[in-house]
Amino acid sequence: MDNVLPKSLQDNPELGRWISLDAPGVVGIRSGKVELGQGILTALAQIAADELAVDPALVALAPCDTDRSPDEGITAGSQSVEVSGASIRMAAAQARAALLDAAAVRLGVDTAGLSCRGGSILLDGAPTGLDLWSLAPDVDWRQPVSGNVPVRSVGAYSAVGASHPRIDMAPKRGGAGFIHDLALPGLLHARVVRQPFRLARLAHVDDAWLQRRHPGITVLRKNDFLALAGPDEYGVHAAHAEADRFTTWEEVPGLWRPAETAGEKVIRLGAATPSVGTGGIDVRYSRAHVAHASIGPSCALARFDAGRLTVWSHSQGIFPLRAQIAGCLGLQPSAVRVIHAHGAGCYGHNGADDAALDAAIVALELPGRPVRIMWSREDELSRGPLGAAMSTGIEAGIDAAGRVASWRLSVLSEPHAQRPGFGGHVNLSSAEALDSTRLPGKVEDLPDAAGGGAARNAVAIYDFPDQQVTVRLDTRSRIRTSSLRSLGAHLNVFAIESAMDELADLAGADPLDFRLRHLKDERCRAVLQGAAEMSGWPGSQPAGEGRALGIAAARYKNKGAWLAAVAEVSVDEEVRLERLWLCVDVGLVINPQGALSQIEGGAIQAASWTLKEEVKVEDDRVPAFDWSAYPILKFSELPEIETRFIVDPTRPPLGAGEASQGPVAAAIGNAASRALGLRMRDLPLTRERLVEALMSA
Amino acid sequence: MSSSIAFQLNGSAAQVDDAGDEPLLFVLRNRLDLKATHFGCGLEQCGACVVSVDGQARYSCTLPMSALAGAEVTTPEALRDDPVGVALLEAFEAEQAGQCGYCISGILMRIHALFKTERRPGRAAILAALDKHLCRCGAHGSILRAVERAAARLGGEA
Repeated sequence: MDNVLPKSLQDNPELGRWISLDAPGVVGIRSGKVELGQGILTALAQIAADELAVDPALVALAPCDTDRSPDEGITAGSQSVEVSGASIRMAAAQARAALLDAAAVRLGVDTAGLSCRGGSILLDGAPTGLDLWSLAPDVDWRQPVSGNVPVRSVGAYSAVGASHPRIDMAPKRGGAGFIHDLALPGLLHARVVRQPFRLARLAHVDDAWLQRRHPGITVLRKNDFLALAGPDEYGVHAAHAEADRFTTWEEVPGLWRPAETAGEKVIRLGAATPSVGTGGIDVRYSRAHVAHASIGPSCALARFDAGRLTVWSHSQGIFPLRAQIAGCLGLQPSAVRVIHAHGAGCYGHNGADDAALDAAIVALELPGRPVRIMWSREDELSRGPLGAAMSTGIEAGIDAAGRVASWRLSVLSEPHAQRPGFGGHVNLSSAEALDSTRLPGKVEDLPDAAGGGAARNAVAIYDFPDQQVTVRLDTRSRIRTSSLRSLGAHLNVFAIESAMDELADLAGADPLDFRLRHLKDERCRAVLQGAAEMSGWPGSQPAGEGRALGIAAARYKNKGAWLAAVAEVSVDEEVRLERLWLCVDVGLVINPQGALSQIEGGAIQAASWTLKEEVKVEDDRVPAFDWSAYPILKFSELPEIETRFIVDPTRPPLGAGEASQGPVAAAIGNAASRALGLRMRDLPLTRERLVEALMSA
Repeated sequence: MSSSIAFQLNGSAAQVDDAGDEPLLFVLRNRLDLKATHFGCGLEQCGACVVSVDGQARYSCTLPMSALAGAEVTTPEALRDDPVGVALLEAFEAEQAGQCGYCISGILMRIHALFKTERRPGRAAILAALDKHLCRCGAHGSILRAVERAAARLGGEA
C-alpha cells in the first residue's frame, strides 16, 4: 500500500475538512479544487461515492470557501484528479472505516462482518437499522487522515469508470448557474476603467463631462485605479463604454523596468560525446501571444461588513488570492473570506483574480453594500494576463545510421507563471494601478516539481545519446503574461515534434518509424502506434500536393498523460484541419465522457490557437480588441475527431485537460508542412504566415 | 419623461417602465430576474445573449427595449415549457453537450428558432446557425451531436 500522503492531505490532515455527514442523506465533500468547466466536481463525487458505497447522486460537493475548505492551492496543471481525487479517496476510506467501527461498538459485534451500501450499515449483508448519518456523531472528525486505511480495489468500483452526467450543468443551461448570476440584495454594479498599458498614469478624469452625460454615476479614484459604480448596471456599463471620452492616460518615462530573472537553466541528459553528424538542422520555432478568451467576462462580487471582507470569485486559487487581497488592502488574511463561484470556461490564469481585487477595492470604499464587477469584452481579451510569446530553437544532427546524434534545444520565453503571490509578488492588475512599485521585481520559471513553465516539455521523450536543453526567461516586454493551459508545452512539443519530422526527412525515414527508433517509453510507443493505426498512417497523399497527414506525440510534463495525434489538413489559401485521430493513455479513467470532453476540447482549442490565434502587439502595448480582431475556431471549421483511450484501470489516473495541446499543434504543423512541401515554423499558421513561408521558400 | 413598454415574456404579459434604450439583456437579468441569458460581448459577436423575439433569434445585448412594444420574447427559462425546447434540453443532456456551459443557453435559443422554421434542418443549416456562436471550451462536437439528435427526434415525429 502506498503510504505517501498527497500534499493536500499533508496540508489539511483533518478528516472533517474533507467529509461531513451533517445533512441526512447527503455525503458532503469539500475539495480545495474548483470547477472550471472541466467537470472535476463530477469526477470527485464519483470517487467519494465508490469509497462510501453510495450513489454519486447522494454526494454533494460544497463550494470552495477559505473559511471551510481544505487549502489545495491552485486548480491547475492537470493535478485535480491525481491529488484531490487521491486525497478524497483516502479520506472517504478512513471515514468508512471509522463509521463501521462506530457501528461495531453500537451493535456489540466485530467490524469484520460489517459493511455499508447505499448509506445503510449491513451486518453479514443484512440491514442493521443503522446508517452513515446516524453514526456520524460517534466519529471523531478531527482525526488526521493517515492514508493507512485500505482504499477499495479497482474491481470494486462502480461509479468510477462510468460516464456519470455532470452534476453542475442543469442550472448552467437554463438557470442561474454562474457567478454572473448571483443576486445579492442591494447590489451595486461597478466597472473598472483599466490602464490602457502597464503603469499608465491616469492624468485626468473629466468628472464634469461624465456627470453631464451619465448623471448619478459614482466615481471612485485611487491613484491610477478608476472605477464607476451605481445601482443600475446598464447605466454603469454605458458610462464605462465611453471611458475614452472622459479619461486621459499618459506614459511616465522611466517608471517601467523589466523584472530581473535568473540566468539560463541548463538540463543535460545523456553523457555521450556527440558523434559526427551526416546532416542536421539549426532552426527556431515560435508562438505569438495567445488570449485566454473566455466566453464569459471575468466577474467578482465583494462585500465589506463589520471589518470583514467577503469576496466571490471564479479564481483558480482562492487561498493565494485571499492572501494577496488582504496584503494589498492592509487587512489580516483572517479578515478576508473568498468563496468560489462558477465562472465561464477557464483555461489558466485569466482575469478572474484581477476582477476579485477590483471588487474588493470598491467594496472597501462602499462598506455594507455588495459590489459586483464585470469586465468588458475588450478587457477580457486584452487586459488579463496573456499566454506567453516564446521561441524554441533546435540544433540537431543525425549520424550515418539515421539516428539523432546530437540535440540542443533552447527556449526563450516570456514568463508563464505570474499568479497572485508567485515569487512574493501581488501579481494583480489593480494592485499596480494603486501602487506602481508593486511591479514584480524578479520573475522565475515554475520549478521542475511543478512541471516547469517555459521548461514544460522542453526535454524530448526520445532516447537521444546526448540531449541538452537550455531555458531562459525573457522579461523585456511589459506585456503581462502568465499560465495558459499547457504553458510552454504547446510550443515546446510543437518544436520537438516538428524537428523530428525535419530530421526524419533528412534521414529518409518515415516520421513514425523515425520516432519509434528513438523511443523506449512503452506507453508512448503504444499511443503513437494506436494513432497511426486509426488514421491509416502514412496515408496515400504525395507530399507537397495540398493535403497530408502529420503525426506527433508527447507525455504531458514528461510525467503525466501520453497522447499521440494524427492530423489531416488541406491547404489552399489557408490551412484547414480536416480530421484528427487521437490516441491517449491517462491510466484509470474516472469518467469516460468527462475525459473525452477534456481531450477533444483541449484538441479543438489547441487547433484554434495553432491555426488562428495571435494577439497583435504594438509598441510593447496591447491595443484593446474584440472578437472581430481575434477569431477563434468556428463550428463549421470543426474537424472530424476520433479518439481512442488505452485503458488500464490498474494504473493511477492522470489529468486529461492538458495532454492534447502540444501533440495536436505539432501534428497540424507537420501535416501542413507536408501538404505544402515546405516547413512552417511560426505559430499561428494563418494565411499571412502561409504567404510569408511561400515568399521566403 | 416616463414611458412603459408592454410585451409578452415567456407566455405572460410583462411591463417595463422607463427602460428607453436599455438593451433587453440588462432588463431580463436585472429587472426581471431571468439570469439564463448571458452577457458575452455586447457586440453581437459571440451569441451568448441570444433570445427569441417573435420567433426569431435575436441578440439581446444590443436590442433596445424601445423596439419591443408588443413583441413576444422567449428566454431559455421557458424552454422546458415547450416540446421543442424539451427535446433540445434532453438532447443536450443525453450528449452531455457543452463544457463550461456559458455559451449553451444562447445556442439553445438559436436552434429553437431554427426548428420553428425548419422541421428537420440538415447539417449545413445547423452549422450556419451555430457559426453565429462562439464556444471556447472546444465542446463543438458534443453541441453539434446534441442538435442533430434533437433534429432527428423532432423530424421523426413530424
